[in-house]
Amino acid sequence: MGIEAYVGGGWLLTKAEQLINWGRSRSPWPLPYGTACCGIEMMCALAASYDMARFGAERPSFSPRQADVLIEAGTITKKMVPVLRTIYDQMAEPKWVFAMGACACSGGVFRTYSTHQGIDDIIPVDVYIPGCPPRPEGLLYALLKLMDKIKGDHPLRKKVVEALGASHGS
Amino acid sequence: MDLKERVERCLGSDALSVTEYRGDITVEVPRRRIITVLKKLKEAADLEFDFLTDLFGVDNLDLYKKKKKKKGDEEEAEKGAQEPQPPRFEVNYLLQSLKSNERLRVKIQVPEDDLEVESATVLWKAADWPERECFDMFGIRFKGHYNLKRLLMWDEFPDHPLRKDYPLEGKGEERHFPVCEF
Ligand code: SF4
Repeated sequence: MGIEAYVGGGWLLTKAEQLINWGRSRSPWPLPYGTACCGIEMMCALAASYDMARFGAERPSFSPRQADVLIEAGTITKKMVPVLRTIYDQMAEPKWVFAMGACACSGGVFRTYSTHQGIDDIIPVDVYIPGCPPRPEGLLYALLKLMDKIKGDHPLRKKVVEALGASHGS
Repeated sequence: MDLKERVERCLGSDALSVTEYRGDITVEVPRRRIITVLKKLKEAADLEFDFLTDLFGVDNLDLYKKKKKKKGDEEEAEKGAQEPQPPRFEVNYLLQSLKSNERLRVKIQVPEDDLEVESATVLWKAADWPERECFDMFGIRFKGHYNLKRLLMWDEFPDHPLRKDYPLEGKGEERHFPVCEF
């Protein structure tokens, strides 16, 4: 039986995707990237009283290679832009990004020569969290939103389509 | 003897003016004598300003013009325009004596067409980063500094952002960097 049999969302593919999404959505290990005041609020969300670990964001990963979610909390200066991009590039797929706070979303109050006006033209952003700073609940809500997003994902179907495309081509 | 008198006695003719404002003493000295003056202040037995708290630049562009406009006296303004303007930039040194806990501000004026000042790193290692910041933000060069690179902006940045004629939003400079494509 060739792989073609699975295309189009057959029972096996759907169930396997559900299993993968279940696993991914319940273990979004964050990479804390706190560059300004929002970082403090992020630490608070990770610490005991808000306890982000409840949602599977169990272990803040300080190595981009072992992280799933980049929490960009704070102002990005223009000098910092290549660093942020490098860190994003170093993360293994699948990866997601939170833009936490007004600064990360749009530059916030800092319409100045040194501040990058929103990180979404450097890296793709999955969830924007408004606020200056957002409360820890905001970050938890974003995490729940991300879990929903992951649940609607089709990790295998993409792979199959890619594989088919490749085999058709050859 | 109070601090003002001691400073005056120590510096002699190098002190162009010594002013006191709310208990803070500012002494203005000639630009080319700055290292000699700082050395004197550091080593004089009755002063011993052995600690450099900070060093920073000031841009006085338009400061004097505005003052004259406020008066609304046109004759005065015209007279003012003929008067030689004070040099555009200043560098301030904030000194402290750890022994007597006294503080002193030393000020030099730097004209726009000759932005060079002797580096204070020969006296205090602490002058390293403040001088780099001052260079970065105002373009004042410190002669004798061993590593005068930009401190806050990236190396290729073309301007000096704390100058008054530089717009707050910048001139659209972006840092360029290679992106790896997958
Ligand atoms: S959004 Fe507000 S709290 Fe967050 S980094 Fe910017 S200024 Fe700080």
